[in-house]
Amino acid sequence: MLKLPIYLDHNATTPCDPRVVEAMVPYFTNAFGNAASRNHPFGWQAEEAVDYAREQVAKLIGADPKEIIFTSGATEGDNLAIKGVYEMYASKGNHIITCNIEHKAVLDTCRHLEKEGAEITYLDVKPNGLIDLAELEAAIKPTTILIAIMYANNEIGTVMPMREISAIARKHGVLVFTDGVQAVGKIPVDVNKDGIDLMAFTAHKMYGPKGVGALYVRRKNPRVKVTAQIDGGGHERGMRSGTLNVPGIVGFGKACEICMQEMESDAKRISQLRDKLENALLKVEESYLNGDKESRLPHVTNISFKYVEGEGLMMGFNKNIALSSGSACTSASLEPSYVLKALGLGDDLAHSSLRFGLGRFTTEEQIDYTIEHVTNTVNKLREMSPLWEMFKDGIDLNTIEWAHH
Amino acid sequence: MAYSEKVIDHYQNPKNVGTLDKSKNNVGTGLVGAPECGDVMRLQIEVDEATGVIRDAKFKTFGCGSAIASSSLATEWLKGKSVDEAVKIDNMTIVEELNLPPVKIHCSVLAEDAIKAAINDYRKKNGLEELQFEESPIH
Repeated sequence: MLKLPIYLDHNATTPCDPRVVEAMVPYFTNAFGNAASRNHPFGWQAEEAVDYAREQVAKLIGADPKEIIFTSGATEGDNLAIKGVYEMYASKGNHIITCNIEHKAVLDTCRHLEKEGAEITYLDVKPNGLIDLAELEAAIKPTTILIAIMYANNEIGTVMPMREISAIARKHGVLVFTDGVQAVGKIPVDVNKDGIDLMAFTAHKMYGPKGVGALYVRRKNPRVKVTAQIDGGGHERGMRSGTLNVPGIVGFGKACEICMQEMESDAKRISQLRDKLENALLKVEESYLNGDKESRLPHVTNISFKYVEGEGLMMGFNKNIALSSGSACTSASLEPSYVLKALGLGDDLAHSSLRFGLGRFTTEEQIDYTIEHVTNTVNKLREMSPLWEMFKDGIDLNTIEWAHH
Repeated sequence: MAYSEKVIDHYQNPKNVGTLDKSKNNVGTGLVGAPECGDVMRLQIEVDEATGVIRDAKFKTFGCGSAIASSSLATEWLKGKSVDEAVKIDNMTIVEELNLPPVKIHCSVLAEDAIKAAINDYRKKNGLEELQFEESPIH
């Protein structure tokens, strides 16, 4: 029996795996110690648990445990990496290269630094959502200290060419930071093979709890340092003060261990379901895939259904299917997704997009239900859409003088 | 964001979706909004020439649920009203009827604009002077 509602918004957050919750529970009650309490068994127990989790987290990304700084999540990790490098390497330069489809946690941090005197280059992406490597290299100057490019995009699921990016960075002696939130745990990420110097990621996108994440900071070749953004007791080797979220960290560790073991089989199964969904929805007339079809995450597809508006579309099934739209009709700005616009999509197509994020617990039955209900709603709304009628009558919508609001 | 029951009802069972014959002299058409803004409404009225009463009204809308509900409601209110009464329909009464939240007020404004545009189209076709409206402050 199909249980509703169906959750297809795994890029926003994932449910905790029950095995993760099970691992966390003792650390709320019996083993509640502060990992920084060095003088009694409660503290030792907590510290031991944190150390173990640190190994689990490090292993997933091919890092050394000493290179893992626990944070409250990826937004904090993004802030710590970018601001921390900017401050630490101020004597070397003030120029940072990023791209215009980064998460707001990166873009807003860069905007913040601009006010403090940083020079930021925002690379455009190609229509497939990937950056142009020649443009990246051309943007590097003697003052460039950091390249901050996301591993995979949250809206369209495209995976950036990290190894090529880091090879260019190495050649010019520039550090590489990547927001790995969407990629870690979903596809193999190896900080050494990928040439990453700093990487932020978070537990709740990989079946762990919310409120805990990590920043990977390379310790050799080169040894990277960041200036702390939160001062206090000197936790996490002085880079991030604050009492450690022990149950969260334990859960994060367990989540990483499960991903390590099951990523490959999960990805294979989920990508088959994703392909089934995508192929069926792309059969709908005037529907378009957004982002590169090859270099992308296994569980994401982003599709625009021309001549229907995304939020209106979601209303047709959002009691039963949870997903996300590039239409920002609910936001005060009424601006559609800046990511889709950066791909060169017209506002009309950006307004018409849906993002499907599948996950570990997605079933084929759920996908069949989704195909049927999304298709029906698109058809129903097109019957109601003046744009669809014009399109069917052969009217070029670009020839109409619209009254802009 | 949760929609009001009335919005959901209009969305699920929209009233008067369709197209009237634009070539007829007693049909007025208003097309407002823009695809880039995520809202386009087309509202049409068919006027009984003898009485000046709106006999039929139809809409098609590209937009969110509130936009669809606003235009659906507008067509319901238009039917049976004289053109002179119809022109007085205010967007705030749509907001109240549908319980639209502040971010959705523009949907009601669009519906009001569509009504006025349809009426002016009808007037123009029938040799009447187009009415001048004050710019809505919401735009």
